[in-house]
Amino acid sequence: MTRTPFFRARLPDPDEDSRAAVTTSSGAGGGWGTAMRVIVPLQGVVQGRGGLVLGSLIPCALCYFLQLYLKRHRSGPARTPPPSPSSSADHLSEVTGAVLQRSSSRAHLSPRGSGGPAHVSSRAALILRGGDSPYFVGLKRVEEDPYDAVANPNGIIQLGLAENKLCLDLVCEWLVANGNKAMLGDEASISRIATYKPLDGLMELKMAVTDFMSQATERSVSFDPSQIVLTTGSTAAIETLSFCIADGGNAFLVPTPYYPGFDRDIKWRSGVEIIPVPCRSSDNFALSINALDRAFYQAKKRGVKVRGIIISNPSNPVGTVLSRETLYSLIDFVTEKNIHLICNEIFAGSTQGAEEFVSVAEIVDSEDCDRTRVHIVYGLSKDLCLTGFNVGVIYSLNENVVAAAKKLSRFSSVSTPTQRLLISMLSDARFTQNFIRVNRERLRKMYVEFVAGLKKLGIECTKGNGGFSCWADMSGLIRSYNEKGEIELWDKLLNMGKINVTPGSSCQCIEPGWFRFCFATLSENDVPVVMERIRNVSETCKSRS
Amino acid sequence: MAIEINPVPSVQLSKVADSEKHGENSPYFAGWKAYDEDPYNEMTNPSGVIQMGLAENQVSFDMLEDYLEKHPEASIWGKGAPGFKENALFQDYHGLLSFRKAMASFMEQIRGGRARFDPERVVLTAGATAANELLTFILADPGDALLVPTPYYPGFDRDLRWRTGVRIVPIHCNSSNNFQITPQALEAAYENAESMNLRVRGVLITNPSNPLGATVQRAVLEEILGFVTRKNIHLISDEIYSGSVFSSSEFVSVAEILESRDYKECERVHIVYSLSKDLGLPGFRVGTIYSYNDKVVTTARRMSSFTLISSQTQHLLASMLSNKEFTSRYIETNRARLKKRYDMIIQGLKRAGIKCLRGNAGLFCWMNLSPLLQKPDREGELDLWKTMLHELKLNISPGSSCHCSEPGWFRVCFANMSEQTLEVALARIHNYMDQRKR
Repeated sequence: MTRTPFFRARLPDPDEDSRAAVTTSSGAGGGWGTAMRVIVPLQGVVQGRGGLVLGSLIPCALCYFLQLYLKRHRSGPARTPPPSPSSSADHLSEVTGAVLQRSSSRAHLSPRGSGGPAHVSSRAALILRGGDSPYFVGLKRVEEDPYDAVANPNGIIQLGLAENKLCLDLVCEWLVANGNKAMLGDEASISRIATYKPLDGLMELKMAVTDFMSQATERSVSFDPSQIVLTTGSTAAIETLSFCIADGGNAFLVPTPYYPGFDRDIKWRSGVEIIPVPCRSSDNFALSINALDRAFYQAKKRGVKVRGIIISNPSNPVGTVLSRETLYSLIDFVTEKNIHLICNEIFAGSTQGAEEFVSVAEIVDSEDCDRTRVHIVYGLSKDLCLTGFNVGVIYSLNENVVAAAKKLSRFSSVSTPTQRLLISMLSDARFTQNFIRVNRERLRKMYVEFVAGLKKLGIECTKGNGGFSCWADMSGLIRSYNEKGEIELWDKLLNMGKINVTPGSSCQCIEPGWFRFCFATLSENDVPVVMERIRNVSETCKSRS
Repeated sequence: MAIEINPVPSVQLSKVADSEKHGENSPYFAGWKAYDEDPYNEMTNPSGVIQMGLAENQVSFDMLEDYLEKHPEASIWGKGAPGFKENALFQDYHGLLSFRKAMASFMEQIRGGRARFDPERVVLTAGATAANELLTFILADPGDALLVPTPYYPGFDRDLRWRTGVRIVPIHCNSSNNFQITPQALEAAYENAESMNLRVRGVLITNPSNPLGATVQRAVLEEILGFVTRKNIHLISDEIYSGSVFSSSEFVSVAEILESRDYKECERVHIVYSLSKDLGLPGFRVGTIYSYNDKVVTTARRMSSFTLISSQTQHLLASMLSNKEFTSRYIETNRARLKKRYDMIIQGLKRAGIKCLRGNAGLFCWMNLSPLLQKPDREGELDLWKTMLHELKLNISPGSSCHCSEPGWFRVCFANMSEQTLEVALARIHNYMDQRKR
């Protein structure tokens, strides 16, 4: 009896549930019993006419198809996960083979265990149930059908991921020249990188990171390495901070539109709510202290305790930077309400506009204000093009927060070899200075080109200064001025235009029709292709009205 | 005129931040402090504290170094960085397929090919610490309970409870049967939880056990599987020391049992693994959850975005772990060296008149000092622990920090030092025991 391995199949994502499930014989279950009740009499009939072989083959083939049918319409959790598209062919032959050998063991026919599958937590259930927002759906689609100028020119162009490919060549160059030595050292001594190290990061890396942060903010402020906790990416940094300053059921005020990932990063495990504070295009989506105040008061009335405000500066998706005055007002506000302020400054080094970037650290440094309530999140993914390395930074002048974050960092600790490598890279002043400068130039160039391209199509963007995206007003192209209309356009852009962009609703923008285009993953040649595709889509939209 | 200065109300932190659940005030961690302040060094500080409370594996570094030297392409910049672009931009929580395949294959090798692992079910986390916490988040709600056999790894109090809000209810084991888990103990723990109005969501075992240094027997595993099936709860098997079993044939993984049953009732089983112990690479922060439950895999994968392994580390290890010639040689040699250390310490302790639990795995032994206790209780044990720390200058872990129900047991690590240092430690114990006799 052949035993088909249980595991030889890819796992389902909730979005794949609609695909037909072709299973191996180990999942035959109840369908097999039913099939037999049909086949055996049939077999007798056919054998009389077509001989033994036909008499066996036909019923078996029928059985196979019946099994397929039953599998497709089976309710309840599938025991064997459906295979990935590429391997479904293998499975067909596997199933046929197994059917002909009638290898199904009795065990699979018996009812599965007592009382159904064991429970998963409500947190997990939320994640599984949660209809994926267009943000995540789009990312997935690109994964399945990625554009390549040569290999897959009809694929989907990724404009929905705020990543930077523009300066990979610089990083690559450095790594090829210095990588090995940096990681292992001259003696190739493994104990340097193998043994337990402080889980919140090596002090040398913290020092190198603060130096880099200083460079990124154009030396207007110096950061203290002992106030840093390193984490596996800024996603972990934000979550860790949430755990430190808020309890489950509390809330953060977050001006919209905001980075779609916040809904996951903050709410999932810590149970802290996000209260969106709308900003409007009429004042360029600027932060309004009045709006914050109203939201705070409304939350209080509902009995929800607001523990802090989260802002992104430069903002994602809008791309604007906060002025000094706004930052002062913000700090006054949080001080008055006795709450925290988390500043996500992950794009600090990626400013490309004319306006100066001011880090909140500079304000806190200079003013005589309560430093214990301001916390900065940073990371190396954006400014250094090193997403895969997953290094995030928590910077706080609140000793208790730093102490708590340090203890929590055991759950998201950065790999030592990676740290060693980065120490070397960030300490190479020539490299970092050149990199920051070239990166800004290339970002600026791409930004200008992209915005101009959109303008030619009649699409205006807010004036941005930082980050990898432009925030475009496509309300003129949507059929109905609401979220439905916006999603329709998004869908058209994705499936017809073959470009993945982020719709404003994923960012909780209250005005429909705004879209985020991330341009830093493109090469120069891609821009005209993108514009052409947008033109095609916008043409169909206009022809309707 | 007096000027009144109103103090600015200091901003509040969360309950998690303020809680003591990180457990860093227990003796387990206090001993480390003593070591940090006065660490033993053969040359410069021969009378310092010898760290025997850290389960780290340093006996096989040479093999790793040898490999890295001979295979420079392991780090991605060896040959002009061919895969670099994808690597650097790789932020996906799925992890590199090549690395997941390598991990699955390594786990298979450790189990002598008696169980197979599917790379698509491997979820990567930054260390087993994160893996255990993540699974707890997924399988239990705040206020629910996990049953954990005692004695257990002190870190569980933090990893399983701190941020998750989940409770641990102990399954009491004792020396009468070498601390094995019995059906009665399982039932008693379940009833205990129920009497406290706690919903039990699963059982978490460590196999091989920390701190016992012994594998869980097949019959016991089958018993536990039956128990979790009857109660319709989960089973987490932390097999982080599976590669450190002295003899391959003595380790039975729950994966083997499931495979031999055609994976019946497997959706409730989840395995945690890591490279920190078997490969001696705790600094790399490489952990994994292997689950037979599709929902758990999907959820864990998404949640792993909070605890990612850098793609560069994945690439480095993928190359090393897919090299089957290297891994089989490593596993065999590592086992033999650990066994040698184990024999050394057991003999040394025996000569000093100290008995240990018969162990067959891990980086430590479970030592019985109950005859030496002034008072046969927790206080007596802590007094003895302090003596060991301050007089003998040995940092060992008291059983009470592992929630052992019997006082007088201690966990002693032997793989994080040279043989010479181990000799020194044994000599100190010997002298102390001699003095006591007089």
